[in-house]
Amino acid sequence: MNETELQAWVDGLLPPDRQAAVERYLADHPAEAARLQAYREQNAALHALFDDVLDARIPDALHPPSAARPGQAPAPAWSIPAWRRMAAMLAVAAGAGVIGGAAGWTLRGAGGDSGTGLMAGGATQALAALPRQAAIAHAVYTPEVKHPVEVGADQQQHLVAWLSKRLGKQLRPPRLANQGYELVGGRLLPGDSGPVAQFMYADAGGQRLTLYVSSGQKQNRDTGFRFAQEGNVGVFYWIDGSFGYALSAAVGKKELSQIANAVYEQLQPN
Amino acid sequence: MQELHERLLACLPRLRRYARALTGDSASADDLVQDTVERGWARIAQWRPDGDLRAWLFGIMHNLHVDQLRRSPPPVVELDDGDLPVAPLAEPLNLRDLERALQQLPPAQREVLLLVALEEMRYEDVAATLDIPLGTVMSRLSRAREHLRRLMAEQPPAASLKVVK
Repeated sequence: MNETELQAWVDGLLPPDRQAAVERYLADHPAEAARLQAYREQNAALHALFDDVLDARIPDALHPPSAARPGQAPAPAWSIPAWRRMAAMLAVAAGAGVIGGAAGWTLRGAGGDSGTGLMAGGATQALAALPRQAAIAHAVYTPEVKHPVEVGADQQQHLVAWLSKRLGKQLRPPRLANQGYELVGGRLLPGDSGPVAQFMYADAGGQRLTLYVSSGQKQNRDTGFRFAQEGNVGVFYWIDGSFGYALSAAVGKKELSQIANAVYEQLQPN
Repeated sequence: MQELHERLLACLPRLRRYARALTGDSASADDLVQDTVERGWARIAQWRPDGDLRAWLFGIMHNLHVDQLRRSPPPVVELDDGDLPVAPLAEPLNLRDLERALQQLPPAQREVLLLVALEEMRYEDVAATLDIPLGTVMSRLSRAREHLRRLMAEQPPAASLKVVK
């Protein structure tokens, strides 16, 4: 009996006559029967070990890029998650009174005339867009109770390694315990010019704070702190190298500026 | 285009399962899946519509994985599962032993075993996906299974797997 047929028996790939022949052979060769039975159990065990991945929610980051082309609306089936997210953004932005321009930005991003959809945006637009996008992301995710972050602070090493790889920079989420905030976790978001990391913090009273780190800000020169008020969300933002940072929270400007200073100091390489 | 997007999306769960088993941790696995999807989508024009999209994507993932293994040292520090907080034991000990044993197989054997045992690909399709002769598929499969059986036999007896010494 050749080994290929024995392996094929393990995998149930033999035609019925050959299967019967192998089984007659195995009846006379108990050691071989035990060996092949162990292989069959390996197959079953591998399924038991890994099949739950098939049912797991697929992170948005893994979805292929949008099918939208210039002049085309994204086709519905593919972009359900994207549309759902945009709808959520619009609803929250409108509800919280965040930004008048949000609808315009979002719809432009959805890929009407620009040709490259969310990747569009000139240098000046990009700088102006930073606090707005950070505020939208803040408004969308901070009310989340069940899934405020994709990866929690309990897996901080994983979180940092993952987001650092995606942004192409070693990130270190600042420690804000002295300001009363603890890291909740983080998530990866799409941005105009590349991936964005959002770190979320919360204080003992449940007040949430987000730090939005955007890559691909090369066209912008370094800036000092700037402040934008988007509805009830205050945003301190600045550009450092090719990264843009925006710290958002629904707290007073003074308190936020102190936290922003702490963030800025910790982000400086020593 | 749209239909292709949907078909590619439909392959994602299986790509993730395979990548998870191949790399041994879910963060590296999802990075591999993301790279596969990006490259696959960028080269979708090269895919022949009469071909098997799943096998084609698995081939891309295989090439990316080989590239990763070749690079040394890797540009990004691999996530060490040992550094993560220990999750509650969700599965019986023997399954975790199996996972550990699986990661001890040479990657070329692990790939063939997973495509056959987990993906349930026909041997010819495995050969085409990995771009190796059928005879190589069979010898790697045979060696992988025996290797795994011996590794498991070294573990403490695991009742439900009925490992034969």
